[in-house]
Amino acid sequence: MTEHGIGVSVKRKEDRRFLTGAGNYTDDINRPGQTYAYFLRSQVAHAEIKGVDTSAAEQADGVLAVFTGADLAADEVGGIPCGWGLTFQNGDPMIEPAHPALAQGKVRHVGDAIAVVVAETRKQAKAAAQLIEADLNELPAVVDMKKAIEGGALVHDEAAENTCFDWAIGEKADVDAAFDGADHVTSIDIVNNRLIPNAIEPRVALAEYEAATGDYTLYTTTQNPHVIRLLMGAFVLQIPEHKLRIVAPDVGGGFGSKIFHYAEEAVLTWASAKVGRPIKWTAERSESFMTDAHGRDHVTHAELALDKEGKFLGLRVRTLANMGAYLSSFAPAIPTYLHATLLAGVYTTPLIYANIRAVFTNTVPVDAYRGAGRPEAAYLLERIVSTAAREMGIDQVEIRRKNFIPSDAFPYQTPVALQYDSGDYEATLSAALEAADVDGFAGRREAAAKDGKLRGLGYSTYIEACGVAPSAVAGALGARAGLYESAVVRVHPTGSVTVFTGTHSHGQSHETTFAQLVSEQLGVDFEAVDVVHGDTSKIQFGMGTYGSRSLAVGGEAIVRAANKIVDKGKKIAAHILEASETDIEFADGTYTVKGTDKAMAFGEVALAAYVPHNYPHETLEPGLEESAFYDPLNFAFPGGCHVCEVEVDPDTGVVDVVNFTAVDDVGRVINPMVVEGQVHGGVAQGIGQALLENAVYDENGQLLSGSYMDYAMPRADDVPSYQVSTEVTLCAHNSLGVKGVGEVGTIGSTPAVINAVVDALAEKGVTDMPLPASPQNVWRALQEAGA
Amino acid sequence: MSGFNYHKASDVADAAGKSSSEDALPLAGGMTILPSIKLGLSDPSDLVDLAGIDGLSGISVDGDTVTIGAMTRHADVAGSADVRNAIPALAAMAGGIGDPQVRNRGTIGGSIANNDPAADYPAACLGLGATIVTNNREIAADDFFKGLFETALDAGEIITAVKFPVPAKAAYEKFPNPASRYALVGVFVSDGPAGTRVAVTGAGVNGVFRQGDMESALGGSFSADALEGISVSEGDMASDLHAAADYRAHLVGVIAKRAVAAAG
Repeated sequence: MTEHGIGVSVKRKEDRRFLTGAGNYTDDINRPGQTYAYFLRSQVAHAEIKGVDTSAAEQADGVLAVFTGADLAADEVGGIPCGWGLTFQNGDPMIEPAHPALAQGKVRHVGDAIAVVVAETRKQAKAAAQLIEADLNELPAVVDMKKAIEGGALVHDEAAENTCFDWAIGEKADVDAAFDGADHVTSIDIVNNRLIPNAIEPRVALAEYEAATGDYTLYTTTQNPHVIRLLMGAFVLQIPEHKLRIVAPDVGGGFGSKIFHYAEEAVLTWASAKVGRPIKWTAERSESFMTDAHGRDHVTHAELALDKEGKFLGLRVRTLANMGAYLSSFAPAIPTYLHATLLAGVYTTPLIYANIRAVFTNTVPVDAYRGAGRPEAAYLLERIVSTAAREMGIDQVEIRRKNFIPSDAFPYQTPVALQYDSGDYEATLSAALEAADVDGFAGRREAAAKDGKLRGLGYSTYIEACGVAPSAVAGALGARAGLYESAVVRVHPTGSVTVFTGTHSHGQSHETTFAQLVSEQLGVDFEAVDVVHGDTSKIQFGMGTYGSRSLAVGGEAIVRAANKIVDKGKKIAAHILEASETDIEFADGTYTVKGTDKAMAFGEVALAAYVPHNYPHETLEPGLEESAFYDPLNFAFPGGCHVCEVEVDPDTGVVDVVNFTAVDDVGRVINPMVVEGQVHGGVAQGIGQALLENAVYDENGQLLSGSYMDYAMPRADDVPSYQVSTEVTLCAHNSLGVKGVGEVGTIGSTPAVINAVVDALAEKGVTDMPLPASPQNVWRALQEAGA
Repeated sequence: MSGFNYHKASDVADAAGKSSSEDALPLAGGMTILPSIKLGLSDPSDLVDLAGIDGLSGISVDGDTVTIGAMTRHADVAGSADVRNAIPALAAMAGGIGDPQVRNRGTIGGSIANNDPAADYPAACLGLGATIVTNNREIAADDFFKGLFETALDAGEIITAVKFPVPAKAAYEKFPNPASRYALVGVFVSDGPAGTRVAVTGAGVNGVFRQGDMESALGGSFSADALEGISVSEGDMASDLHAAADYRAHLVGVIAKRAVAAAG
């Protein structure tokens, strides 16, 4: 291990920039002649557009242009595409309604864009938008999924019963048979609450068109610039890749919400050519609430069949998954490929059947949000397992141990398509039990009771799947893109290195951890390695950052490119040192001839590659730059154990998280500080979902929680000082042995919190708890239990 | 926002004159009116800034009365040794308003003139039996708060100070809205020269109010036990996605008991 190598908590390269206000975010970028866009948005959830009169707005001060859906249609601008196609159980393709970038014919959710005004200033654009007269014939809205599938108003005429697809995995007859033979069946109903991502940086887009060359540039707050280039260029605007540059500079948090291709990006890029000037749009916070894709929103009925010992025999799941009003980029994958396939969890449940029905409603589109399907799966499993244990009088830890996939059973094929490569669930569990001082809990509960408080302890032994892969399997299951990653490692003549990655950092610390990888591998100074991302004109290709894929997929691509550098360096060193290539060894930044003191530093080899006076020109090209594309053989499967201890005030219903322990197996750890930070942030979001956050619509489709006055985000004083540690089993199919850490905190924590709340209230007769366990919901549960 | 005329008032009479027209508003700390204007919820023609008027801020104690100038910031009330000595519950309440930025800008006069149904100061004024002093008259807190964002102030009437009688006992307990952290229920209790008082903010459908049953019970015995069994009517309670009326009514009882216990 070197001072800045793998396993060291190196301080982050990017923090000097961020902490001194020197970051370069999209809204910091201004282009000569820049204008500003403001979107007029629907204030009703569902209406027929009878006409849009823009004449007064067009005459307003500073206005350059006003566009509506009709203008896009006239230019044959395509709709916003969906990147994942699912099927009905009979094989019919999912219903994929048009998603115009500006509404055409109807508006379908509060926030749906009706028109855009381009003006000299932001204020002028906004003022002019108020002069647009949209003649809307309001239609009944459908918000509740159960009503949507039972004769509610249709969001799209072509989607009968508002159903996008009705999909299933597993052999239902076999699973039903397991239930017939069960000694005990536990049933639960879950509403996995809708969340609003709330990245600290709102979405921003700045589009520019060069008439002289026909080149477009879009600066945008995205997690995956090449994906935006592909989706927008090929499907919406028909701009070929070489004429479309996407730049995603510093991005202030995404949590999934900045994966997707949004209408504003396409409208601005198209309009920049129409207007002939650069156009910037910066979302106001209220626009973020009503246009950033939301997360979660599943309604699930689940049943677990057990034998008399508490061994799981079968799992049956029926989920309604809210798609919102239109299909966001990857929405169909979330409840299926990233949720139903995770329903084995860490358990040996032999038979699983899941039916997923995706439903359109007059709400903001729903898509991936930190964890994306896996939190919903973990929540369902960990709640039903805890409920079964309580019903059968089995200890919470014991029922989990009894059903764990044993550590010697890998690779382990689940009944729901996935094959886990490695893990040791007993190791993370026992470490967590000790760190959480579970043995001392009874005493703490007694002490709390003397103060009139109810203490509870909740567990979650979860698994997740990182780095969606491999492309061939994902493609067979509906992905319309590949899921590999690419990297270029460019060694400069004096031995410093620039790494180009197709992943994107918006808080994940890639500039630090990827530099650690390369510094260790090439034996060059950490400071001599810079990481570049976020610009399609600099990066050869990339699929971006989501699903905790950056290290397991993107990091491995970097390692492979760097391996090629090492190998080429051997050839150069062999030539100069007059030795056979097979006798050259490379370690700690030095090439040596085996068994001799003949050696060349890595930097000398780099110089020789660029000043090739003494060089094997017959067999080798000059220069030292290599690229790699890496398509993983499988997902990586982090897992672990979260233990939450809460204290509930029965008089008010307030839940206080007094202790939170997370022991995660994320594979090899590159930078422990960064891993710890990722877990801290993820757990805060998981506690947020469990206790605070909730997107609420009224029956007319108005978003009641549309600002921070009503949408409760977790604050520092809502979370305890966490106890975080790792246990390591290596991923079996990447050379680093890494799994991924971006989402484990969110996935593991929410069920642990709710299990703790239910544990605290169990003595009062409470057996279930809706999300979030807000003071009112807790108080009401106690009232209903007659406490 | 369509724009407004800004005036910096030279004295109270000037402020009163300039803010007497229907669409004009006095500007104190601006912690409510400025965000309201930005959000398009308010569109005044004129804002009359009170910040330059001498003598509108400051704290004095005279015998059994604490007098706080209308433009005194929450942070100054919270940090005042005089207030902490005389009415520690009032200092603590001021220290729990909003966040540090709000406490360093927001004023007592601005807060009570706005009379937000979830604001803290109206509960303190009503719960301590304060007197609101204006350029024209003195108004008892009992007569001042008239419902949601409504007060007894006339157009062009400017609050200059608030006088608080020093109680024998007092405390304020707040149960915050989980999202906004405004009071979902806030209860200010006191026992002293203004009688036994229980003022509730955040909960009432018509804004801050006195809870008569609790005051009667505490008049007999100022103890949390005295409040046992008193039910609060759901019909008078506000209801929203954080707390339906029945839960708010329940919380008023719980928080009132805690306030009484804290008052000692």
